[in-house]
Amino acid sequence: MMPRYLVDKISRKAVLLCALASFFILVLIVVFIFRDGMAGFIENGIGAFLFGTDWSLKRGEYGVGVMILGSISVTLGTIIIAAPLSITCAIFLAEIAPPEVREVVRPAIDLLVGIPSVVYGLMGMVWLVPLIRDHFGGGGYSLLAAIVVLTIMVLPTIISLSEDSLRSVPRHYKESALALGATDWQAIWRVLLPAARPGIVSAIILGMGRVIGESMACYMVIGNAFAFPSSVLDPSRTLTSNIVGQVEEAAYGSSHMHALFACGIVLLVFIFIFNSVSFTMGRREG
Amino acid sequence: MKVKRLLITLIILGSLLVAPTDSTMAAGDELSGTIKEDGSTSVLPLAEAFALRFMKLHPRVRVIYGGGGSGTGAKDCAKGQVDIGATSRELKISEADLISYPIARDGVAIIVHKDNPVDELSLGEVARVYAGEITNWEEVGGKSGKIRLYSREEGSGTRDVFESKVMKEKDISGRAYFKKSNGEIQTAVARDPGSIGYVSLGYIEGTKALSIEGVKCTVESCKKGDYPLVRRLYFHTKGTPDEPVKAFIDFCRSEEGQKIVEQLDYIPLTL
Repeated sequence: MMPRYLVDKISRKAVLLCALASFFILVLIVVFIFRDGMAGFIENGIGAFLFGTDWSLKRGEYGVGVMILGSISVTLGTIIIAAPLSITCAIFLAEIAPPEVREVVRPAIDLLVGIPSVVYGLMGMVWLVPLIRDHFGGGGYSLLAAIVVLTIMVLPTIISLSEDSLRSVPRHYKESALALGATDWQAIWRVLLPAARPGIVSAIILGMGRVIGESMACYMVIGNAFAFPSSVLDPSRTLTSNIVGQVEEAAYGSSHMHALFACGIVLLVFIFIFNSVSFTMGRREG
Repeated sequence: MKVKRLLITLIILGSLLVAPTDSTMAAGDELSGTIKEDGSTSVLPLAEAFALRFMKLHPRVRVIYGGGGSGTGAKDCAKGQVDIGATSRELKISEADLISYPIARDGVAIIVHKDNPVDELSLGEVARVYAGEITNWEEVGGKSGKIRLYSREEGSGTRDVFESKVMKEKDISGRAYFKKSNGEIQTAVARDPGSIGYVSLGYIEGTKALSIEGVKCTVESCKKGDYPLVRRLYFHTKGTPDEPVKAFIDFCRSEEGQKIVEQLDYIPLTL
């Protein structure tokens, strides 16, 4: 029989090891992306890489200006549609829905999170793209198609996180409001929502992180043109769809591959910004 | 009961391990082993047909083909991840340490939607369309409507051939829709009335292949050499291949292999 404190000691070490392992994996990923990606920045010049609009293997010029703009417009477009929809849905689930309804809807929404993104992309390609082409014009593969697909994808994430933060508001906040004579809606709008705001904002920003990082579904519907879109019906290209589209043809160690890794760095910076904003927002008030 | 089931599983697993999986183990008259290939999607249907026939002739050989594009084929082959890398273009200077075997020829078809009244374009017109200089179907004798370009991503073998034989000095417009494989272009063009695309001859179903310079795009016109957009398809190996890879490549280039080429609407090697 092992002494109990020894078991304690060993299990503590084992848990520490696991925690360190995932941290080291993160460090390794960052190191490797930067090792190849920095070469991409240096070969092209940081300014030319970030703001250049020409991406051509033939001329050996790599600029991601179009793609950064594409990524930003897809992300903003998606959040503008997804945020109000999902917050309303979260309010419904947390405050208005009868328990029986919630018991069906909430697991369904959680299930939606797990559907692989290619499936969303495929549905977008087969149903949505022809629909947009026939009813709105253009080629169908467009910013709009990407925004719709990504909205559907990101809704469940924002809904479940917002609902959790609405539920974590202490009950007596709302009860006090009601006791002071507020209607149900006034209590939700003026008391509950402001109290849950940090959580909801961080849910939205995490959602933005998911949108900007989504690659496959986006690649399948956005059209991938190397040009600034002049309307939502024009095709565009994001940082992720650029990597998806070209990585198979890039020779390892070539400046093409370095440029693709540099796209990865730009994405990493975006995600880092989103996560830190979401982290600080979530912490405020507490 | 449980023990018995476990035993059966172990026996099956064991026999899998014992079964020769390494090409060097081939002995006697019967070929055995696994041949891994990947690369060009233009070669894909042909490589699959080759593999099926070859596996019927030599039941102990397994041939596995994956897609990925010409760049992937050359890259994986050079790294030794696959035995055979397939490309629909010649090797680039950076890839030149591989050994190339032409296995067939293939036409590059310019395709449009079935209902498009345009039947014919000249090479110059196609180039100007793809460069974004001609943007309306009206300008080339069609119904008024915006031309939507579908192109492959850079690095595609089909795109390489298209650029060197059609575009020449011109660049493909950035406003095109970019796709990763022949199949994706075929699907997109078949469903979009204003579209134009370029694909391997094996992928024209559901679309209309345009005549180029007055020559219809068919296997016959490619074979005769009248149709201007014909390229060779290649298998590549790293160093001289061992059995069964060598036998497989020989089979593809044999008379029997070239019959399969013809059946699939590719163009045989010998004229």
